[in-house]
Amino acid sequence: MSAKPLTELSSQQSVAVLKNVSLHYGKTIALNALNLTIPAGVMVGIIGPDGVGKSSLFSLISGAHAIQQGEVEVLGGDMRNKLHRQAVCPRIAYMPQGLGKNLYHTLSVFENVDFFARLFGQDRAEREQRISQLLDATGLTEFADRPAGKLSGGMKQKLGLCCALIHDPDLLILDEPTTGVDPLSRRQFWTLINRIRSENPTMSVLVATAYMEEAADFDWLVAINQGKVLTTGTPQQILQQTSTTSLESAFIALLPDEQRDRHKPVVIPPRNATTQDEFAIEADQLTMRFGHFTAVDKVSFKIPRGEIFGFLGSNGCGKTTTMKMLTGLLAATEGQAKLFGKAIDPHDLSIRQRVGYMTQSFSLYGELTVRQNLDLHARLFKLPSQQIAGRILEMAKRFELQAVLDSLPDALPLGQRQRLSLAVAMIHGPEMLILDEPTSGVDPIARDAFWQILVDLARQDGVTIFISTHFMNEAERCDRISLMHAGRVLVTDTPENLKNARHSASLEDAFVEYLQQEVLREATPQSDLNETTKSSMPATTQSNTTVNTTDAFNLRRLYSYSRRETLELLRDPIRLTLAMVGTLLLMFVVGYGINMDVEDLKFAVLDADQTATSRDYRLNLSGSRYFIEQPELYSHAEIERRMQSGELSLAIEIPYGFGRDLARGQTVEIGAWIDGSMPTRGENIRGYVQGMHSHWLTTKSREILGSAVIAQPAIIETRFRYNPDVKSLVAIVPAMIPLLLMLILSMLTALSVVREKELGSIVNLYVTPVTRLEFLLGKQLPYIGLGMLNFVLLVLFAVFIFQVPFTGSFFTLAFAALLYVFCATSLGLLISAFTRSQIAALFGTALLTLVPAVQFSGMIDPVSSMQGVGRWIGEVYPATHFLTISRGVFSKGLSYAELQPAFIALFIAAPVLLIIGVMLLKKQER
Amino acid sequence: MAVSNILHLGIKELRSLWRDPVLMIFIVYAFSLSVYTAATAMIDSLNNAPIAIVDDDRSPLSMRIVDAFYPPYFKPPVLIEQHEVDARMDMGIDTFALHIPSNFQRDLLAGHQPAIQLNIDATRMGQAFTGNSYVQSIVSGEITTFVERHRQVSVTPVDLVLRAKFNTELNSQWFGAVMQVINNITMLSIILTGAALIREREHGTVEHLLVMPVTPFEIMASKVWSMALVVLVATALSLWLVVQLWLAVPLHGSVGLFLFGTLLHLFATTSLGIFLGTIARSMPQFGLLMVLILLPLQVLSGGTTPRESMPDIIQHIMLLAPNTHFVMLAQSILYRGAGISEVWPQFLSLILLGGALFGLSLSRFRKTIASMA
Repeated sequence: MSAKPLTELSSQQSVAVLKNVSLHYGKTIALNALNLTIPAGVMVGIIGPDGVGKSSLFSLISGAHAIQQGEVEVLGGDMRNKLHRQAVCPRIAYMPQGLGKNLYHTLSVFENVDFFARLFGQDRAEREQRISQLLDATGLTEFADRPAGKLSGGMKQKLGLCCALIHDPDLLILDEPTTGVDPLSRRQFWTLINRIRSENPTMSVLVATAYMEEAADFDWLVAINQGKVLTTGTPQQILQQTSTTSLESAFIALLPDEQRDRHKPVVIPPRNATTQDEFAIEADQLTMRFGHFTAVDKVSFKIPRGEIFGFLGSNGCGKTTTMKMLTGLLAATEGQAKLFGKAIDPHDLSIRQRVGYMTQSFSLYGELTVRQNLDLHARLFKLPSQQIAGRILEMAKRFELQAVLDSLPDALPLGQRQRLSLAVAMIHGPEMLILDEPTSGVDPIARDAFWQILVDLARQDGVTIFISTHFMNEAERCDRISLMHAGRVLVTDTPENLKNARHSASLEDAFVEYLQQEVLREATPQSDLNETTKSSMPATTQSNTTVNTTDAFNLRRLYSYSRRETLELLRDPIRLTLAMVGTLLLMFVVGYGINMDVEDLKFAVLDADQTATSRDYRLNLSGSRYFIEQPELYSHAEIERRMQSGELSLAIEIPYGFGRDLARGQTVEIGAWIDGSMPTRGENIRGYVQGMHSHWLTTKSREILGSAVIAQPAIIETRFRYNPDVKSLVAIVPAMIPLLLMLILSMLTALSVVREKELGSIVNLYVTPVTRLEFLLGKQLPYIGLGMLNFVLLVLFAVFIFQVPFTGSFFTLAFAALLYVFCATSLGLLISAFTRSQIAALFGTALLTLVPAVQFSGMIDPVSSMQGVGRWIGEVYPATHFLTISRGVFSKGLSYAELQPAFIALFIAAPVLLIIGVMLLKKQER
Repeated sequence: MAVSNILHLGIKELRSLWRDPVLMIFIVYAFSLSVYTAATAMIDSLNNAPIAIVDDDRSPLSMRIVDAFYPPYFKPPVLIEQHEVDARMDMGIDTFALHIPSNFQRDLLAGHQPAIQLNIDATRMGQAFTGNSYVQSIVSGEITTFVERHRQVSVTPVDLVLRAKFNTELNSQWFGAVMQVINNITMLSIILTGAALIREREHGTVEHLLVMPVTPFEIMASKVWSMALVVLVATALSLWLVVQLWLAVPLHGSVGLFLFGTLLHLFATTSLGIFLGTIARSMPQFGLLMVLILLPLQVLSGGTTPRESMPDIIQHIMLLAPNTHFVMLAQSILYRGAGISEVWPQFLSLILLGGALFGLSLSRFRKTIASMA
């Protein structure tokens, strides 16, 4: 990384020009009228505290975020212009912040790179060649089959780099690529970047970093603060300008006065080692196994009270697991740990009062304000309530949170959030703090302030501090440090002794040496520093083979999304099984459960007559399959009571003198009370009673009054068509198929898109040449396949298990199902446009599909009988039309010709839904 | 002092929910518009049934029969030709098709007992069955009146006086409104608690809670009470504002008693929500589980179709579901005006089921909570 002379730089073209650019998220201003010209062909570093707009700047330059104000010109064109964005996005590669944020964790290393290669329209031969070269160069070849989620942090970043470099970009944008990565992996990463640049010298690289040591090696630097550029220039120039010797202090010197004044160098008074004999933490042969994987292997250390103990090591080496065992979050497989001389017992709540714990990621409640967070924790730690308000103010003062007490944590910069986490961990005045990488991603000033607090706590209050970190300058501030690798502690000593033992100039060098020695011992090639023997990176000579990246519709990109979605679905056995078996299970339950025939109704009689005739009337009812007679009624009050409790659905009253009056030919009245609380059932009972009454009457009339009386004047012949036995299953099962397909499919597709929004991989839609239609269709195809499979299973189930007669053509139904499944999945995609969280998508899809599908689509009553909004929804809802087809084919033996109107409706609905979905999907973040 | 932890953690849940606008809008929707649309559009009794008539007789009697069908039970009949009948029924245009043969009136008066043919689309169970008896009685009523004018006929000696109790008009809007409220109570309580747990898990805050001096029991109890409170308040408002004021549905029994029953039901369903939240690892999985659990719970509870008509085995299994008892008590109290002396068995069942579900969920929550962090 040789710094080029300034004169050479200024004569070069610029890769990006920003004029007067402002960006705000709600009320938060990320960029404030920023002007910047970034030279091409060099390595440019963006330095600045967290939350000053580095990531925002990158998302504008990469085209991931829409421009709000100002002009952004990248690679010679306006980024507001959609055509220009389309044209240049194949030349830009963007690796967002966060370890593997744009990767797919269930996909293997190879599949991830392959996905991106396809997005850039590369053919098979080219893909294979490029992927193998890239994996070779990054040392990931051996891990090609490992799921991305199981890689260590360093390896994830290398994989991210492979994905970014697959299409030979002219501009490579790396947002904090080495944050949270151990020193060895970091070195390997930069070695890799340097080699890529040496082979492709025209490439511009834009890097944001929190490590000032790294920034010192870049060609050109931009220091940003509060959405504005502080200064630009080579590292040398910046050092000269500020007359400082390190970039870290240079940066601090560049800050505006009021901010700089807050910075004080960390002062560490020597430790008063009188309490050496008492240990706060003792770990003895602590071991943790997950299945066959040993995460922590016989770790032992003793930490005296009041010591600041640093815990270092690469990502995934077992640091976090060790800390979790110490806090009692995980029970050790073997070995023992003691806190304050007492063995750790997860059920012992009293020990928790003495420990404060701060997790790796910010894990406080984002929905609560700073004050509410502090208040909640104070109460949970049982601080006396009259002291709480005072304690909160005290903590706010100590951790400089007074100004933001009533803000939500999500709106705060990372440094403040970390201070809040620490304040929360300290609220109950614990004697020990366990801090898991508390300063990752925090800017130098905030870090120093944070450390000063820690030092004060340790030295003044005697708090024992157990802290893990990746920063070497922080490690040097610890009293003692442990270096961990692959579950084992390599060495534990004071920073001075470690440097001396290795004869290294810096602690970082000492560590890299320790790690390398260990890695060589294991002889795994992924950590082989001597990478010069590896094959070279794919060179620019091949860039002309990348074709078809800017056309409007490309099947290869579409297929890339389909393929990835399928793989993800197949790797998620629960989602897959539920999606497959779910419909069948629901069909079974509902098919047997929904039954419109009412039988076994309970009735009782209030018989004031007690004659042969009245008993005969009763027998007429109780003899039918519809009614079951209950113990006799004796009073009207009893009718009231027994009907109220729901015991009786029907009460019959036969008046005194019934038999006598009937014999005399006088008119008599029989009273019947129906439970009307369930109107359908009420109607049915009414029908039954009327039918049986007239039946009885006909028979009786002949007996009593002689055959001379009424024969019916006319006959009404009823033909129940399509379902002659009037079976519920025949009516319900064909109607269940549309309902179940709609529900499950729209839910799955809506979630598939919203998941990407939540996990962050949606950024691949923003910055790669894939179009919105390709993205949606690509994600939709696997679900259409799944839907058709579900459909076939449901039909088989209906015909063979429920024995519903199938009278029409299967192909007609299958064709309709295909259209319908297309509609259902499109509807899911449409819903996904409105929802940002998975839970909202889930809830929304359930409400928006289930209610209309059950109530308005003609499942029970035909749409033509509905009124108002329900009628209108029913007319346009796809389920209505598929229901017509399903019933028509199942029960009515109809073919395409007769069902054409319903087919046409589906034909129209499917593309309309998809097009609306495409229009509502945003190609840039807004 | 466990109570204070439960209280403060519960308040935290309420604050979290308050800051989730989408979820808040859905809660409001589920208890207002959703109830309204379901009540006004769901027609269980015969309403606007489409009927077509082939009148080959074209006599005064057949005209009378045609005129006898009118809203709200039937749509105005469409007069069609014989050959159109099949096609129209195939397309699902008509549920009923009545064929009056030629010379019907003449044959009737001559005492030849002519036949009218009634075709019914039996794939539409609801309308087919209820409608059949309506059509029969309308047609035979017209015929009888007509015949009586021309000929002396003896009066039917026994009258059947049918009265519907509790809902004398058999108005399905009354039924639909309350049942929708009941279904949404179950749905929301499960979703809110399950989601509250998974949100905590996904944001890593479970880990945070576990290192504090709070027990899994306190964590779970706080979610149960807070989410149950939200649903209970929403239910009370919905019954008052939407069901009673907007839809003007008369509620017979004591709303207070019903809300107490709701509370017991919520105890059970929120525990179920926690249970599902421990099984699902992510929101999508939770969603699919919800679909698999919720739909059968609601469909088979007796809130949509009468329990009597379900196979015995399903009736027995469904006694294990809290909604079954809840639907029973809701119908008893709100429709039939029952008091505690009638519905105490359901209250008791809910207490037992709720206790069992809470215990089961708690033991599972204890076992899985460590692996959530």
